[in-house]
Amino acid sequence: MAKDTNKRKATKRSTPTKSSPEELLQYYTDMLLIRRFEEKAGQLYGMGLIAGFCHLYIGQEAVVVGMQAAANSDVDTVITSYRDHGHMLASDMDPKGVMAELTGRSGGYSKGKGGSMHMFSREKNFFGGHGIVGAQVPIGTGLGFAHKYKEDGGVAMTYFGDGASNQGQVFEAFNMAALWKLPVVYVIENNRYGMGTAVSRASAVKELYSRGAAFGIPGVSVDGMDVQAVKEAGEKALDHARSGKGPYILGMQTYRYRGHSMSDPAKYRSREEVSKIRSERDPIDRARQYILDAKAADDDGLKQVDADVKAIVSDAADFAQQSPEPEMFELYTDILVEA
Amino acid sequence: MANQVLMPALSPTMTEGMLAKWLKKEGDVVQSGDVLAEIETDKATMELEAVDDGILGKIIVAEGSKGVAVNTPIAVIVDKGENASNVEISALPPAAEASPEPEPEAVPTQPAAPKPAPVSEDAYTGSTTTLTVREALRDAMAEEMRTDDTIFLMGEEVAEYQGAYKISQGLLEEFGGKRVIDTPITEHGFTGLSVGAAFGGLKPIVEFMTFNFAMQAMDHLINSAAKTLYMSGGQMGCPAVFRGANGAAAGVAAQHSQCYASWFAHIPGLKVVLPYSGEDAKGLLKSAIRDPNPIIFLENELLYGQSFEVPDDDGFVVPIGKAKIERNGSDVTIIAYSIMVDVALKAAKSLDSEGIDAEVINLRSLRPLDIDTIVTSIKKTNRVVSVEEGWPVAGMGSEIAAITMEHTFDYLDAPVNRVCGEDVPMPYAHNLEAATLPNADKVITAAKAVCYR
Repeated sequence: MAKDTNKRKATKRSTPTKSSPEELLQYYTDMLLIRRFEEKAGQLYGMGLIAGFCHLYIGQEAVVVGMQAAANSDVDTVITSYRDHGHMLASDMDPKGVMAELTGRSGGYSKGKGGSMHMFSREKNFFGGHGIVGAQVPIGTGLGFAHKYKEDGGVAMTYFGDGASNQGQVFEAFNMAALWKLPVVYVIENNRYGMGTAVSRASAVKELYSRGAAFGIPGVSVDGMDVQAVKEAGEKALDHARSGKGPYILGMQTYRYRGHSMSDPAKYRSREEVSKIRSERDPIDRARQYILDAKAADDDGLKQVDADVKAIVSDAADFAQQSPEPEMFELYTDILVEA
Repeated sequence: MANQVLMPALSPTMTEGMLAKWLKKEGDVVQSGDVLAEIETDKATMELEAVDDGILGKIIVAEGSKGVAVNTPIAVIVDKGENASNVEISALPPAAEASPEPEPEAVPTQPAAPKPAPVSEDAYTGSTTTLTVREALRDAMAEEMRTDDTIFLMGEEVAEYQGAYKISQGLLEEFGGKRVIDTPITEHGFTGLSVGAAFGGLKPIVEFMTFNFAMQAMDHLINSAAKTLYMSGGQMGCPAVFRGANGAAAGVAAQHSQCYASWFAHIPGLKVVLPYSGEDAKGLLKSAIRDPNPIIFLENELLYGQSFEVPDDDGFVVPIGKAKIERNGSDVTIIAYSIMVDVALKAAKSLDSEGIDAEVINLRSLRPLDIDTIVTSIKKTNRVVSVEEGWPVAGMGSEIAAITMEHTFDYLDAPVNRVCGEDVPMPYAHNLEAATLPNADKVITAAKAVCYR
């Protein structure tokens, strides 16, 4: 925990902020959208409208919002694991299409055939949504390979968790990314638990940002609960990768408030631990304070943002329930591309 | 005393080679470890070292000689003072059993057609050249890479080494290091990377040195490459070719001798292709590279050196999903793929001399499977033998038996008979290995059984 304390100090140094009042308001809005969206998804799950696995992103919002704020969304690509709703919203995908996929409806991004863990949008450069722990890391490295091959100036932002960081294929990917100087930023979202196993019980070395040391890949630890710190670190990492120097690792210190998935009672940690972080480090509360400090908005202005976000989520939930189930013929489509 | 120097076998599957160059001349003193000659195999140029000290008394096989069978005496080393001319050269030992060349397919030789692309095999009337399967595969990649800059080749030893089996010979030189890429020996990682590259708009050709090593990449082949199109509602296809040697080689034991055809044939979202001839190899690989789907392209090491007539036209392709009748017959249908087509054709030849007229189907694709060709043939012959190198349990023969029941039950005059690899890990010992694999005799026995002969 010493690490986190240090980081908090570092974060305080980085405020007040480089971000403009408008940007701060935007981060707040984007994070709030993810939180309200996820809360609604949790409700719909409880009502039996969402099936299977459903992994909520609540608590980690600053990571993806800060990173996407640093990215060039015209060219940069995004790939992540199955805790992916936040990444899709931050990639500007339509909340209606995401929620309708959760409910398995034809209006979903994958026409109801992918579900929570498998959504994609070529238009928004979002490459999934992958259900096998660690698999997105070599795939994301391949997106970086394609950026370099095509010389399109893009960087592949490859997100994965502390659990995946122990996978063999991650190190195979690191090796090739460093060897070939691929434009990839690896974002390790360390939310402290790989399902129910604490990082200290799964990883021989807890400083996950240093996982690229064997390959000469630079890495830094970042306070993943502070959207501005994330954005700042993201810009440095993206600049590094984009300038042809090869991959970069960001070790995001973050936390998820909910269980690993909806069916996880989270007995492996105390209520006190969760509530302490919620009250002391919540990324949305923090952004709210930045806004008030910078006078980017007043209480009324923020209330209006809350109301707007609620309306978007409510519309998405309505759409997700009204959109029809996929037609039976869809069972047999999209297995192969017709040559 | 004189010692003969024999043509060495320099790889598990080498049966002959070229004596490229003598580095010592007659009368030279040689010591054990000196390089005597350079031998060119179908895979590489290797140095032949002296085992004995002495004088190179006589060179029996001149440099430049091609097709020198393994174990042929090529020189004699004599002791000092001994006269090589007195040395009696023993009769040539029987060369290792060379793979007989299959009958080249009769292709009408007419002037080459103007290049319409693509040209299907039925329509092809152009010129052909005798090529090995190895060369046909290389030409297929080179021709396609010339037409599309997004195609690249990646794998272990594909670039500077020119391919562990020499399939990619010359490609680095022509296309450069950006498009012909040596990878670390990390199948799991580079297969995942290639899937990402395909999602990102490129067309990877991934060479597995052999498919045994692709087991490390199984998750990406199935969960990432095959399923993403479906999971994305049609947005995210994976146009990639995963190719390499599959099946038993020779004398390399259980971990390196296995046919994965039925494993991949099980998976919706993949296409699974197994060429037999040079024409198959070139035409199917070109189709595979052009196909927007993930293709598992299973080659066979023992076929790499075999020669066939291959159409010259760059536009020539073999469609994926279409079987080929290699031999017409009326009494029994023998269904095979990859090197087992060779076994089936040999069996058919023997059966013919015993009055059984066998039809031989070369499936070429297992997914999609050409059920029409199978059904049409069985309706004609009423008897079926399937031949596969893989294990019997849940193998392609099981699938063919099921299809036969579903589509042709009322036409059958005998139960389907399967010839498979034995249900054991591949043993190393030569006799046990031979007993494990299907051969012409086993196919003949099976064909006679379904003919009640």
